[in-house]
Amino acid sequence: MKKWTKETVAPIERKWEEFYRNRHQHDKRVRTTHGVNCTGSCSWEVFVKDGIVTWELQATDYPALEDGLPPYEPRGCQRGISFSWYLYSPIRVKYPYVRGVLLDLWRKARETHADPVEAWQSIVNDPEKRTSIQKARGKGGYRRVRWDESLEIISASVIHTIKEYGPDRIIGFSPIPAMSQVSFAAGSRFLSLLGGTFLSFYDWYCDLPPASPEVWGEQTDVHESADWYNSRFIAVMGANLNMTRTPDVHFISEVRHAGAKLTVFSPDFSQVAKYADYWIPVHAGQDTAYWMAVNHVLLKELYVDRQVPYFMDYLKKYTDTPFLVEIIEDSSTQEARAGKYLRANRCAEYSGTENGDWKLLVWDQLSGRARMPQGTIGHRWAQQQPGKWNLEMRDPQTGEDLDPELSFAGSYNDTCLLTFDDFAGGGTVKRAVPVRYLQTGQGKVAVTTVFDLLMAQFGVPRGLPGQYPQSYEEDTLYTPAWQEKYTGIHRDTLVRFAREWGENAEKTHGKNLVIIGAGANHWYHNNLLYRSAITALMLTGSVGVNGGGLAHYVGQEKLANHASWGSIAFGQDWGITPRQQNAPSFHYVHTDQWRYEQGYSAYDRLPGQSEGEIRDHTIDLQVRAVRRGWLPSFPQFDRSSLQVARDAAAQGAANDKETINYVVSQLKNGKVGFAVEDPDAPQNWPRVWFIWRGNAIGTSAKGHEYFLRHYLGTHDNATAPEMAGGYTTEVVYHDQAPKGKLDLVVDMNFRMDTSALYSDIVLPAATWYEKDDLNTTDMHSFINPLQAAVAPAWESKGDWDIYKAIAQSVSALAKTHLPDPVQDVVMLPLQHDTPDELAQPHVLDWKTGEVDAIPGKTMPKFRVVTRDYTRLYEQMISLGAEIEKAGVSAHGLTIPVGDEYQRLAQRQPHTMDGKVLPSLYEARDVAEAILALDPVSNGELAHRAFEAEEHKTGLNLSDLAEGLREVRHSFADIVAQPRRVLTSPTWSGIVNKGRAYTPFSLNVERLVPWRTLTGRQHFYLDHENYLEWGESLPTYKPKPDHLMLDETQIALTTIQDKKLWSKMLNLITPHGKWSIHSTYSENDRMMTLSRGGYPVWLNDKDAQELFIADNDWVEVFNNNGVFVQRAIVSARIPPGTVFIYHATERTVGIPKSPLYQKRAGMNNSLTRVRLKPVLMSGGYAQFTYALNYWGPTGNNRDTFVFVRRIEPPEF
Amino acid sequence: MNVRAHMSMLFHLDKCIGCHTCSVACKNLWTDRKGAEYMWWNNVETIPGAGYPTQWQDQQRYRGGWEWDGETLRLRLHSKAGGLMKLFYNPALPELDNYYEPFTFRYQDLFNAPAGDDQPTAIPISKITGEPMEIKTGPNWDDDLGGSNTYAWNDQNFANLPETVRVQMQELERVVFNYLPRICNHCLNPACVAACPSGAIYKRAEDGVVLVNENKCRAWRMCIAACPYKKVYYNWSTGKSEKCILCFPRLETGQATACAHSCVGRIRYLGVLLYDADRLPQTAMVRDGELIDAHRDVILDPFDPQVIEAARANGIEDSWISAAQDSPAYKFVKLWKLALPLHPEYRTIPMMYYIPPLSPIVSVIEEELYRLDVSEDIRDFELFDRVEAARIPIQYLANLFSAGNGTIIEAIIRKLLAVRIYMRRKTVDGVIDEKTLALLEEAGTNAEEVEAIYKLTTQPNMADAFVIPQYHRESAIEAWNDPLVHKGETGLGYIQPPHRGE
Repeated sequence: MKKWTKETVAPIERKWEEFYRNRHQHDKRVRTTHGVNCTGSCSWEVFVKDGIVTWELQATDYPALEDGLPPYEPRGCQRGISFSWYLYSPIRVKYPYVRGVLLDLWRKARETHADPVEAWQSIVNDPEKRTSIQKARGKGGYRRVRWDESLEIISASVIHTIKEYGPDRIIGFSPIPAMSQVSFAAGSRFLSLLGGTFLSFYDWYCDLPPASPEVWGEQTDVHESADWYNSRFIAVMGANLNMTRTPDVHFISEVRHAGAKLTVFSPDFSQVAKYADYWIPVHAGQDTAYWMAVNHVLLKELYVDRQVPYFMDYLKKYTDTPFLVEIIEDSSTQEARAGKYLRANRCAEYSGTENGDWKLLVWDQLSGRARMPQGTIGHRWAQQQPGKWNLEMRDPQTGEDLDPELSFAGSYNDTCLLTFDDFAGGGTVKRAVPVRYLQTGQGKVAVTTVFDLLMAQFGVPRGLPGQYPQSYEEDTLYTPAWQEKYTGIHRDTLVRFAREWGENAEKTHGKNLVIIGAGANHWYHNNLLYRSAITALMLTGSVGVNGGGLAHYVGQEKLANHASWGSIAFGQDWGITPRQQNAPSFHYVHTDQWRYEQGYSAYDRLPGQSEGEIRDHTIDLQVRAVRRGWLPSFPQFDRSSLQVARDAAAQGAANDKETINYVVSQLKNGKVGFAVEDPDAPQNWPRVWFIWRGNAIGTSAKGHEYFLRHYLGTHDNATAPEMAGGYTTEVVYHDQAPKGKLDLVVDMNFRMDTSALYSDIVLPAATWYEKDDLNTTDMHSFINPLQAAVAPAWESKGDWDIYKAIAQSVSALAKTHLPDPVQDVVMLPLQHDTPDELAQPHVLDWKTGEVDAIPGKTMPKFRVVTRDYTRLYEQMISLGAEIEKAGVSAHGLTIPVGDEYQRLAQRQPHTMDGKVLPSLYEARDVAEAILALDPVSNGELAHRAFEAEEHKTGLNLSDLAEGLREVRHSFADIVAQPRRVLTSPTWSGIVNKGRAYTPFSLNVERLVPWRTLTGRQHFYLDHENYLEWGESLPTYKPKPDHLMLDETQIALTTIQDKKLWSKMLNLITPHGKWSIHSTYSENDRMMTLSRGGYPVWLNDKDAQELFIADNDWVEVFNNNGVFVQRAIVSARIPPGTVFIYHATERTVGIPKSPLYQKRAGMNNSLTRVRLKPVLMSGGYAQFTYALNYWGPTGNNRDTFVFVRRIEPPEF
Repeated sequence: MNVRAHMSMLFHLDKCIGCHTCSVACKNLWTDRKGAEYMWWNNVETIPGAGYPTQWQDQQRYRGGWEWDGETLRLRLHSKAGGLMKLFYNPALPELDNYYEPFTFRYQDLFNAPAGDDQPTAIPISKITGEPMEIKTGPNWDDDLGGSNTYAWNDQNFANLPETVRVQMQELERVVFNYLPRICNHCLNPACVAACPSGAIYKRAEDGVVLVNENKCRAWRMCIAACPYKKVYYNWSTGKSEKCILCFPRLETGQATACAHSCVGRIRYLGVLLYDADRLPQTAMVRDGELIDAHRDVILDPFDPQVIEAARANGIEDSWISAAQDSPAYKFVKLWKLALPLHPEYRTIPMMYYIPPLSPIVSVIEEELYRLDVSEDIRDFELFDRVEAARIPIQYLANLFSAGNGTIIEAIIRKLLAVRIYMRRKTVDGVIDEKTLALLEEAGTNAEEVEAIYKLTTQPNMADAFVIPQYHRESAIEAWNDPLVHKGETGLGYIQPPHRGE
């Protein structure tokens, strides 16, 4: 019989317990966080014992938000908690490394050249030597060197490049500044002061949702995670919150218990699906079709069958639905289509109004005529009558209240049969809208409202003529029955969902939340997908409401203090105009990926364009976008920008204006060309590349194999044929594509990742537990510090100190090579949040003579910047006085900071030329400067920012900052406890009194306009490009299929020739569970908890067909490259797809490819980037460029691959 | 009545996200060293799945826990051939492959590889031998693999489910997974303690933590075989068994265990339970279907004056009694009857508890279209009326948490849904109507209880979730050393670390 266990008291016997107690003892705990490309911004405590970091645990002292919200803590995930492994791991970069081939050449050259720049020239100007360095890239042979030797090579290459080609051939890449703002700023500041080119990341990662600028004029603005808890109906789509928002997803599980419903849209049974009420597996990338039909139901049941006052009011007040659009009849086809918004100055009543092309009309039912309301973009940039940029529905001239009519359906002059595109079916449909006639300067025009256009587009029957469906059962654009063939979802399920959605919004006044992510945003037509869902949010009055709206979480970053940070990070405190480049265009052009396609018409078509009909190549559109000032483009000219300035001076230009006039004339007469017009000419190549805080050659390199070939000049596994020859008109086409454009690649890293392995020089960077920095996110509203728990290990240095060292070395060499100040002509595109937004009411090309070449109006802008390279280091380490004069700015507001600048100079003085400036010598100094000069951390500046906004809007707003004017968050404060950001008009949410941040609450509650054409949220986009491309209204375009994508044909031939057993599948690369992008992925802990690799997930039936069993090796390939890993087989993966969790490294456990006999690559080996032309639009209201705000994105999810089983491969 | 106090942990599985932050927290603190590489005192399993070590629930194979034949309770390990026979050869012991061979990579090759004609890569190597190896299994091999015909298919908890259900779970209509985080259950009737020939394993009187005395352990490894949860591990380097210590150095200083502290899903709760040690036989020796009732009965009401008096008589301090009154474990387990022990049929009386998870509604495929299996009229959280339409079968959960008794699981699922329905009425409609109150009654609850469940499920801060009583370490130390002397000595090596064979 059992003897029951007796508990043990006797403490003497239990003395041994000290064994574990001693392990738990520690010497120190330090608050810090992880500066990785992750939006966690989690507060951590790092435990130090014996001077060694032993482990980390979450800090749990976030200030509480308002009552009723669950607390945030603990925040921090499996990846973050595994970080301490890295510090002392065998993958840690402890010393500077240079590849042996380069090092030998360098040392030899230095023997004969006393001058380092001459030594460098002797190497890079020798094609054989240059090629030998390039061919060795990525293939071992690294050697440890001294810091000073590595710095000398780097600075010699920088000086040489500036002298030979101009500074814009020096490029830099580092992503997501919010996560370690100072470390990011280190390099961007260095490059900006130098005149180098800084590459964007958010759009390149395809994390920028173009729909956000399209609809809201906002890069991205989203809810802090606590606000999810205010929602009562949550639709998650393409976002795997458990995986990617690990520290915050508890709000989702918790709000379910508060009564919220959760629907998850995901083709696979994803981790977040586990606690959904409804899991709706819409076919991969077909969410647009689903939401289009949801909108059909919402419009029918909530706007036609009956009206909900809350929704009607919301639409009138906050959206463009009541604005008037002109009907245009095409005389050749006799087809009528919706045209542009009718401009106010076309009516006699408003003909003389300032910015009349940029003020619009509604039909006021009080006065019974078309009237001009306040708040449109023409009011935003008004000089004569400021203070009318607000959402009060009034006539700005008379002050009369207006009551706009949403629809003319009840009373119209006529109906007009309009043509709408059916991209899915390949034709058009004709549906009537009610119109009224208006007298304009150009005669009588027919107008309708955006609301009526929406009704017609969505096919909601209202008794008007045309091809309107009579029921949900009818398979017509965009009915519930119609969507079935695309989504695989039964119409009943859709209708059920739509009704619940509407009911929830009606009862809660818009507490409907769409949480959306990469699974939606990484598709080619992502903007349409997003707009379809945003439409459902706007129709239910859900945007700008706590717990409602669109929460886009894809690599998004919220650099909360961006106003002050931007100035420091891009050298604007020294009056510098930085060169900021959109990376998608840059890599598309310079990695020569454009050469491997016939252009967009292969996969994206204009309405009415027939298959195979070729118009332009995407690169042609890219060139035109640059020419028109829509997008930036560096290197900018076909010669050095310093040379151009010298030439201008030689021609007698005596000031900046004359220099610019000279440049414009040279461009006009074709004597100076844009580099983008001949990207493969050697003088137009990028030459030196700085990479830090990111994996630019690895996981950030869409079309990785093309990077290896054309940038690096080393081996690659791409088999794709070049096919652009004969299809281009705007670029010079060289028969032979250059291989190896880059002279030098420098990587700063704490781990030997793919980029480090393929660089020429690797510099040892401090980890996040070894340096001071700042960290913010949009997942919560606190500012967190990074702090050094221990000194930078071995020979590593913090990023700020590394760039300081490089700057010092460059300045020293400049004393010989660039001793005098030089002038640099900097070209930049028309800028968002400036009056440039009013530049181009029409799309016209100066090159073809349609319009004059006017800088800043019809073409790019130019600035003349004076650079003194001998002073670069001094500028780097002190805060320039320009910021004292000019203030900091964001959202088009300028905030004076002179007094705070002076105070900072007293606290952390640095003397330069006899003047005392604020020091930026230590990373912590930079952090203090950022905190001191930004409205989210300085209450007085928040107040001033609201005063500036009051001036523009004529509204009372500064009460929002009144009680907080004394607040000054310092670095010591955030070390003591995370501090909450303040309400500021540099953002759009109101967070007073612990209220959770929800975007656009400032717009909805305080009537501040959105930064769009109408000042409202846009259903309708009337940029001429959008009209041309058929994307003016929310619409559905089919996904490009594998034939259109043209990246599997060669692979197919290989399969046929070699008789391989294989199958083509759609490659899906969701964010993974065991890494933050590539970081952590090779970490011992994460490798152990996953499967010791980067598994390829297959559906069980697909696997069976391919004779693949779980853990078998598989080869995944297409024309772009190859990837080899083991398989995981599961029914939770949808058939026809293969999942590889994104951001693999090729450094760990990657065998050779049996097909090619070379090391198999990574997930990006299978991709090639394709730009969507409509997203190049510019110079027009919200379609005006800003870094990471606008431009085509590096979409990569429309990718097809072959998969086959292989025998265990060779390493 | 023999009142004892116990520190218990509770896992709200409906909130678990399977992130394994807990596992890494634990590993960093306790098992990041030679001989312990393969140990995961805390691990998280995907259910359905095979678990870690592989198929640990297969007691035919591993022979863990107790067997009750209606009269006698005996270790399953000892039930066939005599226990002593197995001291030297024990086929029930898991082997390294049942766990996994710990691996790492030859990272240094990335730095040291000579110049060559291809890119170097860090190849996988064994942490035990240092030699190149093929990775065939790991501590979390079937992570997120709900619909796996290799792993999920072999889950023991499908045993008494119809084959059709298991087949359906490989299809869109019903595919599902959830998570099961596991630590040592610090059982009231621990098989490891009973099986140890050296008497090295004991249960601490003050908090119930079960520990292997590293000085007394003689590496018989009977504990490893006897534990039905396979939560005792053998350290091949020190030659000692080791296991989850419930982070007693943290509890003793008022801090939550590392796994609970780091639980970012906020699924874990810590609290004191008072139990009646005299009732252990009645708890372990009842029919399967009655085990949960018996288990609930062994836990005492900390507000009952008789219990309080008996507790004090047993030397339980007032601070522990008040902690028991505030205990989230008490509320979820005893008061609200929402939390259950894992595999009570092993009869070790585990003291860690689980709230079973909700799951999405099943679907049907009609003419190749996916259709949610919901009725026409809108009814929020319709699973309340059709618990059988939840993707995770009730019987599966019953096999995990209630020795097969589905009625107990159904009641819990309905109560969880009742909370959601009530809160929806309250926050969306603004009124609690008669119908809702009737529904609560049907779910065996009421508005007051529902509000309390809601609050503790969603709102707890660290102090609410982790109610850790005061430990009087000075009193414990005083029994063998003057605390003032100890103040100067501790950490200086006066206390010997364990040695092999000691």
